[in-house]
Amino acid sequence: MAETHADEPTRRDFLYVATGSLAAVGAAAAIWPLIDQMNPDASVLALASAEFDIGAIPVGQEITVKWRGKPIFIRHRSEEEIAEAESVDVSSLPDPQPDDARVIAGPGGELEKQWLVVVGICTHLGCVPLSYRGEYDGYFCPCHGSVYDTSGRIRKGPAPLNLEVPPYEFVSDTRIKIG
Amino acid sequence: MSGESTYTPGNGFSRWLDDRLPVMRLVNDSFVDYPTPRNLNYWWTFGGILTFCLAVQIVTGIVLAMHYIPTTELAFASVEHIMRDVNYGWLLRYVHANGASMFFIAVYIHMFRGLYYGSYKAPREVLWILGVLIYLLMMATAFFGYVLPWGQMSFWGATVITNLFGAIPFVGEALRTWLWGGFAVGDPTLNRFFSLHYLFPFLIAGVVILHVWALHVSGQGNPAGIEVKDPKKDTVPFTPYATIKDAFGLVIFAILFAYFVFYNPNGLGEPDNYIEANPLSTPAHIVPEWYLLPFYAILRAVPDKLGGVVLMFGAIAILFVLPWLDTSKVRSARFRPLYKQFFWIFAAACIGLGYCGGQQPDKILIHVGDGGFDVTDLSRILTVYYFAHFLILFPVLGLIEKPKPLPESIAASVLPGTRQEKATS
Ligand code: HEM
Ligand code: FES
Repeated sequence: MAETHADEPTRRDFLYVATGSLAAVGAAAAIWPLIDQMNPDASVLALASAEFDIGAIPVGQEITVKWRGKPIFIRHRSEEEIAEAESVDVSSLPDPQPDDARVIAGPGGELEKQWLVVVGICTHLGCVPLSYRGEYDGYFCPCHGSVYDTSGRIRKGPAPLNLEVPPYEFVSDTRIKIG
Repeated sequence: MSGESTYTPGNGFSRWLDDRLPVMRLVNDSFVDYPTPRNLNYWWTFGGILTFCLAVQIVTGIVLAMHYIPTTELAFASVEHIMRDVNYGWLLRYVHANGASMFFIAVYIHMFRGLYYGSYKAPREVLWILGVLIYLLMMATAFFGYVLPWGQMSFWGATVITNLFGAIPFVGEALRTWLWGGFAVGDPTLNRFFSLHYLFPFLIAGVVILHVWALHVSGQGNPAGIEVKDPKKDTVPFTPYATIKDAFGLVIFAILFAYFVFYNPNGLGEPDNYIEANPLSTPAHIVPEWYLLPFYAILRAVPDKLGGVVLMFGAIAILFVLPWLDTSKVRSARFRPLYKQFFWIFAAACIGLGYCGGQQPDKILIHVGDGGFDVTDLSRILTVYYFAHFLILFPVLGLIEKPKPLPESIAASVLPGTRQEKATS
């Protein structure tokens, strides 16, 4: 093809580009299943929501349940813990969120402030924080030293975000459904 | 130095084969008649030692894979089954587990050899880059392998490292879920890590072939850091000279290896990894294997999640561009009085980072009043020094340093009588 350097694009150029593009699209289409097979499969996604009985948790104590392979902390907060969480100047927090936004309403329509439900996974690199440790009486992550308060909000350390509140609702006064 | 081939087939069969597939010629020219600089010291035996390590890992690994079961239910038990029931299973596993550590000891010596003698400089940049690539693949392989026994450190190490990818803006979350195949490290993760752990050593073998190819194009460097002028005077044939020297180095290395396997098989490991993985409880103190500790220290030194991840990977990535950061015309630290001192400070900084990576971040080293100077403070200083070594010292030293005179030739640098000055190390 020595003498085809036309100034104008020719029909042949167009065919080359079109063929090449189609081949690229074809290759990408063939690669996609190889990549997507690594995403969560149907059986993992099907993990249903789960109900938990919280009636037996005394004030000032916490249980850990497992949901979607992750630990969930369900904490029955005392008056002092709630007061501590509410007394903070929200705008001074790394991830500002008032305590009210981290609890939900119960069957009666009132905020169930005594129940804190959070995913027990440090938002830094995923370790499980230790409960009732650290200077804010909330959680302390042993991995790189993040400290959370009694509302599960990040106060100190490398973690960028508050402990996640999972989607949940009150089925009755003493039962919650997560997911 | 890949000069004319000197291979002459000895008999009818090898002549016949040589015309069809000159594989014996390749072996002869690469490992028998191949001219090696006559002044190589024992730091040059680690290439052969590394090849040995790779072979040991592949052989023991393939055998372990015949007994290992990659499911979260059975992985831990299957490793115990290897240890207790399988004939010589304990030996195979201890060789494989300690073999990984020995592999890293060898690769670190090999790399620091390169830093000391300027082996990364033109015309060996590609050779060096391929080496850094092998190092990266080794770290990935060892990481996947460490997850397989499914102990507490396996699980939490995997959790922390995969979460690093979650720090990447926009795509991080999706990428992390994709790596896990779920919403946390679990069965799908263990399975794919096993698959990749099997694959990666063979990728390493492929890059090793390119590495040796590049080596044979540019020729080996040497402690004097000058090129071969007269092959007759400056070089000796690979066999028997380098072969025997490599073999001797390997025997010494194997003795150390055997010490760990037979007398201290868990000395380099973490006791917590003999507790089965528990996704609901993180051990009080999680640490990676020793060979990753310096990078772990860099990660923790930065108070910002993304920043920590960037610096950690940057610490490795910077090695790729080292050939262009170093401005010195002289290769070997023997003739670079300033660089030589900074080399040792750098080595100490790396060891210091390794120390920091293994300690609790808030451990106080020097008490001052209530608080004091803690491990995180030390990691920060060392991290800054690590990067300054590459980004400031390498460019600047080459410009301000007055190198010592180089020997006339390789032969002159080692043969008695002609030696100009007694070089240290
Ligand atoms: C670059 C080479 C390799 C390195 C650095 C490496 C590293 C490791 C490490 C650190 C472990 C964890 C050991 C422990 O604490 O128990 C491991 C386990 C394992 N590796 Fe490898 N490995 C390599 C090659 C291979 C190959 C080629 C295979 C073949 C399939 C393999 C199969 C296994 C198996 C089945 C285990 C789990 C059993 C055990 O924990 O001992 N490895 N590897
Ligand atoms: S994982 Fe919690 S502080 Fe790093």
